Amino acid sequence: MRFQISNLDFFYGPKQALFGLSLNIPTNHITALIGPSGCGKSTFLRTLNRMNDLIRHSHYTGEILLDGQDIRKIDAVNLRRRVGMVFQRPNPFPKSIFDNVAYGLRINGYQGRLADLVEHSLRRAALWDEVKDILHKSALILSGGQQQRLCIARALAVDPEVLLLDEPCSALDPVTTAKIEELMFTLKDSYTLAIVTHNMQQAARASDFTAFMLDGRLIEHRETSRLFTTPSDPRTEAYITGRFG
Amino acid sequence: MSVRLVWRKAVNAVMLGLTGVCALITVGVLGVILGYLAWHGGRDINWNFFTKLPAPVGEAGGGMANAIVGSAKLLVVASLFGIPIGLLSGVYLAEFGGRWYSFFVRYATDLLNGVPSIVIGIFAYAVVVVPRHQFSTLAGGFALGIMMIPIAVRSAEEFLRAVPSSLREAAMALGASRWRTVATVVIPAALQGIIGGIMLDLARVAGETAPLLFTAFNNLYWSPGWNQPTASLPVLIYTYAISPYDDWHRQAWAAGLVLLALVLAANIITRLMLSRRGAARGA
Amino acid sequence: MSNAIQTAGSVAPSHEGPRAWLRRFVSGDEVAHIVTLLFASTILAITGLLVLQLWTNSRLSRVQSGWHFFFMQTWDPVFEHFGALPFLYGTVVTTVVALVISVPLGLGAAIYLAELAPRKISDVLAFLVDLLAAVPSVIYGLLGIFLVIPLMREVIEPFLKRTMGFLPIFQGPAYGIGLLTGGLVLAIMIVPFIVSISREVLLVVPREQREAAMSLGATRWEATWHVVVPYARGGIFGSIFLAMARALGETMAVTMVIGNDPRIAASLFSPGYTIAAVIANEFSEATYPLYINALVELGLVLFLLTFVLNGLARLLILATEQRGVAHS
Repeated sequence: MRFQISNLDFFYGPKQALFGLSLNIPTNHITALIGPSGCGKSTFLRTLNRMNDLIRHSHYTGEILLDGQDIRKIDAVNLRRRVGMVFQRPNPFPKSIFDNVAYGLRINGYQGRLADLVEHSLRRAALWDEVKDILHKSALILSGGQQQRLCIARALAVDPEVLLLDEPCSALDPVTTAKIEELMFTLKDSYTLAIVTHNMQQAARASDFTAFMLDGRLIEHRETSRLFTTPSDPRTEAYITGRFG
Repeated sequence: MSVRLVWRKAVNAVMLGLTGVCALITVGVLGVILGYLAWHGGRDINWNFFTKLPAPVGEAGGGMANAIVGSAKLLVVASLFGIPIGLLSGVYLAEFGGRWYSFFVRYATDLLNGVPSIVIGIFAYAVVVVPRHQFSTLAGGFALGIMMIPIAVRSAEEFLRAVPSSLREAAMALGASRWRTVATVVIPAALQGIIGGIMLDLARVAGETAPLLFTAFNNLYWSPGWNQPTASLPVLIYTYAISPYDDWHRQAWAAGLVLLALVLAANIITRLMLSRRGAARGA
Repeated sequence: MSNAIQTAGSVAPSHEGPRAWLRRFVSGDEVAHIVTLLFASTILAITGLLVLQLWTNSRLSRVQSGWHFFFMQTWDPVFEHFGALPFLYGTVVTTVVALVISVPLGLGAAIYLAELAPRKISDVLAFLVDLLAAVPSVIYGLLGIFLVIPLMREVIEPFLKRTMGFLPIFQGPAYGIGLLTGGLVLAIMIVPFIVSISREVLLVVPREQREAAMSLGATRWEATWHVVVPYARGGIFGSIFLAMARALGETMAVTMVIGNDPRIAASLFSPGYTIAAVIANEFSEATYPLYINALVELGLVLFLLTFVLNGLARLLILATEQRGVAHS
């Protein structure tokens, strides 16, 4: 188990957003988080790399263990290097493609040849062939799908253990989405992935485990194949058969 | 933690701390200005200050009634000249403007806004003082009026545009012509904002000194009518401050305090009024 | 009125028949259009007239000196020597000093306000900064004379001499008045402009940019300095140009502390003179046409400098703000 989460309550100031969440995120698997919008799945994901620390007056209680270690005891900067994140909208820096991927390496004082690792990361993100001749052009000239894969390459470059994906395909067309799903599949050999999605087909296609959340609570969490075929909770069934949300 | 991370975190803390220090210094200047002026100027503000003419050097007492009245008269002239041009141009840009002509008007307005005040002074000297062969309230007011135009235009246009189009359409749907809609619905809806913009505008030119030096000039006595050189608070502060006399320095402090208090009060009241209005609209 | 109607004829769209136009005229729309148009035109007229006046009233000087005007070092109205070099020098040096001090200070404060301070505190501080921008320049001059000059003479200049006196710019007697003091007072005056505009452009940088950097393990400062600030770079440069234009044209505060002595000296402690200051001091005493023309030509130079800087600033700020909008 990469992440072990128990009794997680999360608060934005006085407002509670997550209630008693307990689940594990297994190593080298893809875990999908589904649920209607506003159910707290993004909040949960952003708790795992302490991104929510940036939001004033937010805090959580309960325990989140990364490789058995409480993440509150890990330095936030270090934690975020180990737990990478890809965001809903592609957000490349307005720098060159190369500099985007190299950014995390540079701040971490990487000693080897930058160019090698940049190439390696771009290959892993299945983007190398498309950009190898324009590495020093601005990342903003790329298409949305390419930008999102660039953001994945950028996250992979610092060699994280976990990759958190926060609705990474919501701004992309179906063809590009398929490409990213394919990419996730190849990544799970070396990384642990957790993906938030509002697209149930995507969760069914691409993940090993699925967690269904509703109003800040975890309703059901099991193997994807079983959750979608024989849901144990009527609310899960209602959601995946499209009766609400 | 690695040595590198410790170093990076130290840099983080130091730099973030420094930005806080920068903010503190920047805002602290306001405290220094207010405190210093209040300390030096506060003692010399009394009834005479507002009612008497300046006393000759060496004589105690005296005031700057003529400069206060002079400043007020200059602002009246400036308003009469600058506000109509500014407001109606703003109405033109927001309501009637064609594409190209609006572009040129906006461009000229921006250009005028960036002209250094001393250059405005030269202009007013050339077109008012030279033909009339004398320094006057009129010339000084003209210079300040030109300085008022750009901000008046911009605030009028901005606040008129902020009026929701549904309001406009409602009036037009009732059969009102365009100008009636503008005059009876749009302008009243934007009025508070426009008045606020004008107040800020007045506060700004009230403190201008450079364009008055060779237009309104200065005067140790009352300036009757509009065609005589006149004293004004900012010019008086300037002449007193660079003089070698302690009495005059004290008067300069007092005048500075009065001017600053007026300018800041106008700014604070207006900005609070406008921001509350903005908040109400946002809610 | 007939005049107005003639103007209107050219304004009304040509594809409309005269009857439709007449109807709008009677309803008042066209009258309102023309009246506001006339007022808007006065702005064009005033701006044009301003440029024209500066040009014609500097003719004598331009014809007599040509480009030499900018290279001659002597300014002596008694002997009709009009060289602008000392004023250009003083203006440039005080502006540079002002920028060296105010850019780091202003940018630091803007970063604090946009990135670190809670929104409410940031709003209050930004309000105070706006108030600072409203303080009349003669007030800055007043404090310059009685607070900054003694401070420079007794404390800061001796200190600079002790620590960095090997540099030619920190040598010579410390009068208190001079280029350095002028630059310092200017710096204090333009900081609010840098802070207020930079804060705004920093605030429109999309949150995702900051989060992307931090999710890669960047510290708060690294995310700000490597990602957020470069993202807002255009607007920040814009604010600096705007502040520079202010500094060049600023008159009173500098006139009151710079010493008003047309000389060119390497030391920043030395008294100097700026374009704006010499106009302020000598314009009402200029006794013959060539003298006045030379001063107007200085005004023309000042006008052109600020014109260029303001234009650049506006373009940069516009470009940055639009980029921020496109991404969010």
